[in-house]
Amino acid sequence: MLSVKNIHANIDGREILKGINLDIKPGEVHAIMGPNGSGKSTLASVLAGREEYEVTEGAVSFLGKDLLELSTEDRAREGLFLAFQYPVEIPGVSTTNFIKAAVNEKRKYLGQEPLDAVAFLKMMKEKMALVEIDQRLLSRSINEGFSGGEKKRNEVFQMAMLEPKLAIMDETDSGLDIDALRIVANGINKLRSPDRAILLITHYQRLLDYIQPDYVHVLYNGRIVKSGTKELALELEEKGYDFITDEVDLAANQ
Amino acid sequence: MKEKPDTLEQAVLTEYKYGFVTDIDTDVIAKGLSENTIRLISNKKNEPEWMLDWRLKAYNHWLKLEEPKWSNVKYPIINYQDIIYYAAPKPKKQLNSLDEADPELLATFEKLGISLNEQKRLTGVAVDVVMDSVSIATSFKEQLSEIGVIFCSISEAIQLHPELVKKYLGSVVPMTDNYFAALNSAVFTDGSFCYIPKGVRCPMELSTYFRINTENAGQFERTLIVAEDESYVSYLEGCTAPMRDENQLHAAVVELVAHAKAEIKYSTVQNWYPGDKNGLGGIYNFVTKRGMCKGDHSKISWTQVETGSAITWKYPSVILKGDHSIGEFYSVAFTNNHQQADTGTKMIHLGKNTRSRIVSKGISAGHSQNSYRGLVRASKQATNARNYSQCDSLLLGDKCGAHTFPYIEVKNKTAIVEHEATTSKIGEDQLFYCKQRGIDAETAVALIVNGFAKEVMNQLPMEFAVEAQKLLAISMEGSVG
Repeated sequence: MLSVKNIHANIDGREILKGINLDIKPGEVHAIMGPNGSGKSTLASVLAGREEYEVTEGAVSFLGKDLLELSTEDRAREGLFLAFQYPVEIPGVSTTNFIKAAVNEKRKYLGQEPLDAVAFLKMMKEKMALVEIDQRLLSRSINEGFSGGEKKRNEVFQMAMLEPKLAIMDETDSGLDIDALRIVANGINKLRSPDRAILLITHYQRLLDYIQPDYVHVLYNGRIVKSGTKELALELEEKGYDFITDEVDLAANQ
Repeated sequence: MKEKPDTLEQAVLTEYKYGFVTDIDTDVIAKGLSENTIRLISNKKNEPEWMLDWRLKAYNHWLKLEEPKWSNVKYPIINYQDIIYYAAPKPKKQLNSLDEADPELLATFEKLGISLNEQKRLTGVAVDVVMDSVSIATSFKEQLSEIGVIFCSISEAIQLHPELVKKYLGSVVPMTDNYFAALNSAVFTDGSFCYIPKGVRCPMELSTYFRINTENAGQFERTLIVAEDESYVSYLEGCTAPMRDENQLHAAVVELVAHAKAEIKYSTVQNWYPGDKNGLGGIYNFVTKRGMCKGDHSKISWTQVETGSAITWKYPSVILKGDHSIGEFYSVAFTNNHQQADTGTKMIHLGKNTRSRIVSKGISAGHSQNSYRGLVRASKQATNARNYSQCDSLLLGDKCGAHTFPYIEVKNKTAIVEHEATTSKIGEDQLFYCKQRGIDAETAVALIVNGFAKEVMNQLPMEFAVEAQKLLAISMEGSVG
């Protein structure tokens, strides 16, 4: 579904990603872990199409299409979803209206009729239950005055509504207390399906207690330096990132 | 792939749709302003002596005034001798019906989306059309006169209803009021006149469409609306102008008089040519609009959607003289590129139990500057005066400015005045968020701006709300950055 080949990316002339390779198949859950500044969020931004990042080398194919040739909005409409680490506030636009616009833009792209109010509300009700989000929250301006937990839950709710093929969760666990983390993780688990892949980006192993990944990759200094199964995450938890990064740095210096 | 960086900027950039010029034979007088110019205008309009005297008095007063400098706008010195004060499409013969109007003119207004053909028009909207210095046509005049409503050009009113004009002209905005009002009083050439008799609820929207066509011509229109006891009228004005590199001056005066239990709802959709993206050209829109709630329980409501003009400088105000009278001001002012707007209102509470409400939404994009300036005054006699003001600013990008200048003067202890203000900003982060959800930049900005301006747009008469919303969307195209 997603095939990333030797991606290099810059921001302001500084190289952040230095040759990333990654293959994700439908139904799989991959976790990307790594110390701060390793390039995790950059990878998410590059895949989603954030314009400040310049891809200097490499290729990405998504569902058979050249992802890098698609605009940000078309990537989204093709089924790529990014749950933001810091969801932004948009004054004056209710979450409901926002999601309605998003759902219908996607439908338009796919050549489908827009959802009418009744069908849309029905869909909202179903998905709200999934992520335990309060309806009152949805009539407020998007993310405005939301708590950290509410913002993240809102991201998962949007993911549920947009039914992506690939969901990239950028540090969705950051800033959450244990209860909020459990609710958010439950929501994501319910959205796992055989035709949907999930890419979890996280600093900590604790999210993986709730969401079991099929594969774990360690990103360090712009490269994936180690890949493994969920046991790798446990090992990281135990030994810290140093046990891998020291090894990499040593190799680099030799 | 790296796209062009400023998507916000692109999303609000757009071509001005109404920038064409009509090639029509026009009667133009020489540039410049003097007593002779005024005599010439008055003569061309075949005005009675009293009107000429009034104009000359205003002109002599204007000569003593200095152009005000207190607003938050910057523009080069205006050379008043370099303006044409009268330009009229020829031939100016009295039209009995719109079908007799010059086809070129009709085509112009068709192109602007204003059909003058009564059969084709929306029922429920009567329109007076003013091109440069003269009113070209007024529709539904006869139907309206059957119920006693007078709706005609001000020039015609001076001829046919001199007693009403004499009584009310300058009664709300005296010729000595300010620099531009004095100038307008001296040289005004046309505008609309509405008179709603006692107890009549005007069955259709009345509207005036102002169009500037001639190069170097200034437009000085005068509108006067009088609503007798227990009457109601909803009035709308719209305006456009060709694209030119030179600035053109538009200095209008609008006066509203509401007698006891009367209600006047005045809506403006202002779309004068705003200048190009580098700030070249555009209309200077320096306007004095004021309403007088003269009788008890009267109500005046101003709604404005301001998207055009290089500079907008206007404060539609209400003098709440009658007890229990109500004044309202709803405004959306959108500025883009190098536009400047200094707009707001004045609510002058004189009567007891008077109420006013101000809702101002300023949207700035590009390099524009957008200021709200408002005065709420409760005089000594204004027992239990109440005001609620809400001023919200939305910044699109980081090169524009929003400013709020609220003035509050309360001389009565029982008065309650509330003021709320917010400022929010839309930048690349918000846009990226929207785009990641599949909403492109233009749709995103439209969604945000419409959400922001909704409260004001809801005040517009239904026939125009859709148009205004479209206009706002068009003006914003490319403002994302």
